[in-house]
Amino acid sequence: MSTVLILSDFSADKATKTTAELATAAARIGEVTAVVLAAPGEGAALAATVNQGPIAKVLIVEAAEFATHGVAAAADALAQLVQSHKPKALLVASHAFGKEVAARVAVATDSGIITDAVDIDSDLIATQMVFGGSTTVRSSVNSGTPVVTIRPNSITADFAAASPAISNENVAIGDNAKKSKISSSQPPVKGGRPDLTEANIVISGGRGTDGNFVPVEAFADALGAAVGASRAATDAGWYPHSHQVGQTGKTVSPALYVACGISGAIQHRAGMQTSKTIVVVNKDPEAPLFEIADFGIVGDLFAVLPPATEGVLASKA
Amino acid sequence: MKIAVCVKQVPDSWAEKKMVNGRLDRESVDAVLNDLDEYAVEEALKIAEAHGGNDGEGAAHSVTVISMGPERATEALRKALSMGANDAILISDASLAGSDALTTSKVLAKVISDGGYDLVICGTESTDARMSVVPAMLSARLGWAQLTFASEVVVNPAASTISITRVTEAGVDKIDASFPAVISVVEKINEPRYPSFKGIMAAKKKTIDTKDVAAIGVTLDSAWSVVNDATPRPPRAAGQKVTDDGNGGAALVTFLAEKKLI
Repeated sequence: MSTVLILSDFSADKATKTTAELATAAARIGEVTAVVLAAPGEGAALAATVNQGPIAKVLIVEAAEFATHGVAAAADALAQLVQSHKPKALLVASHAFGKEVAARVAVATDSGIITDAVDIDSDLIATQMVFGGSTTVRSSVNSGTPVVTIRPNSITADFAAASPAISNENVAIGDNAKKSKISSSQPPVKGGRPDLTEANIVISGGRGTDGNFVPVEAFADALGAAVGASRAATDAGWYPHSHQVGQTGKTVSPALYVACGISGAIQHRAGMQTSKTIVVVNKDPEAPLFEIADFGIVGDLFAVLPPATEGVLASKA
Repeated sequence: MKIAVCVKQVPDSWAEKKMVNGRLDRESVDAVLNDLDEYAVEEALKIAEAHGGNDGEGAAHSVTVISMGPERATEALRKALSMGANDAILISDASLAGSDALTTSKVLAKVISDGGYDLVICGTESTDARMSVVPAMLSARLGWAQLTFASEVVVNPAASTISITRVTEAGVDKIDASFPAVISVVEKINEPRYPSFKGIMAAKKKTIDTKDVAAIGVTLDSAWSVVNDATPRPPRAAGQKVTDDGNGGAALVTFLAEKKLI
């Protein structure tokens, strides 16, 4: 059976659920080999966490350059694996790191690339949502080894326990991958909330918060949700840019998206309109976002969210 | 320093976009300089200005804007020139219509490599295709340092070195490199200037060098990927809408419970 490579995705030294999602998608195409890129001596511990999803093999590549040369080193190693293992495809998570790694692998292996796929079938036809989710596009690669990045949270993962065969492979990182050097790295400030693009529920605040995100955050915490913000809110400095949802920010597709005090310019819609359920809270009954809301409340978020937060907490008690 | 900025003309973010024959219909919509590329132009100008400037005879630095696109992309280039860039190159060729990122990066890499630049600055992505891959592809094709998703750029022209702060969902990295390098900048890095009247007038006299594929000497491959089909998604219908009369919060909780979201 032919092999499909996936690049295992980690957060805080544990495989993320995105890894299981990639494996689930890849298993439709062939036998899944999950690649683990690690610092020398750390591969076995990381590989042990790649234990969910239809994964037949785990391939550990250890090199000091992954920490010091980031994207370029990871891409160099993967490109070499693509050349030696000749997989049917390489699937990578669609975040900044994953997309850049995929871009470099595509150049190095002279292969076609598709980014931000929300689905892929056994014939390697990938589905993308473009133009802010208003159009569905199906594309395929017709040259080289298809390199496809899959958007987190879009594939329903098979979380069955995996007991893959684990092996190691040595790869020498080339000089072209060492042109820039990471001198220090800080993990993201997590603040206890789930990652925006991976969260099942996202609560976002906009201009209507007037800079006060306390009720938005409290509601998010009651639901175990991530917090997002409109561009108006991030441009005003009310919330970090890293939380911006929209055309120039993150694209999210959670089970539930609650927009609080966001009028809903195309700019914002583009980042959230593929959410499964959309709730809108806005004082302005004419706010355009109501047009795509499954449930809309015309009201002040400062009056609506606190009792809703209490209601959610009470329902859990 | 010779600095190049790669920009793209895109449909206005407010415009409704649709696909025709597997490609974005660019004809029927207003076109503007990609929002995110304005930050790249601004950063290039700031880097030049911090080290003696790019304006006037014998200036120590130059900023060249490079784009690939149809003839009308000169409008986007004119905007960058009115902000203060020195000159522009437009690669325009019918055979490039509908190019994928691999083709775009191949063409841009050839122009950059022939131009002898020290730094190339890009936005993180275009607001139409949103792939976010061209800067990484340029770095790979040119064999130059990749310094992407920069929220801060510090350049030392005398030492030909550059350091950036990279900000992504994976955290914050400090990255160092020597020239030449490919940089992409995130939107919080600066506040792009508005073109002044003087800048707009001056831009009219600046050169936009338009070249076709033959003139830059690059051989195009057939596309690496193809669009099989494109379907507009049915618009979302509005659902239930209630007015908060003091029970809005409770109504929301009821809705979430009905949907089994809590």
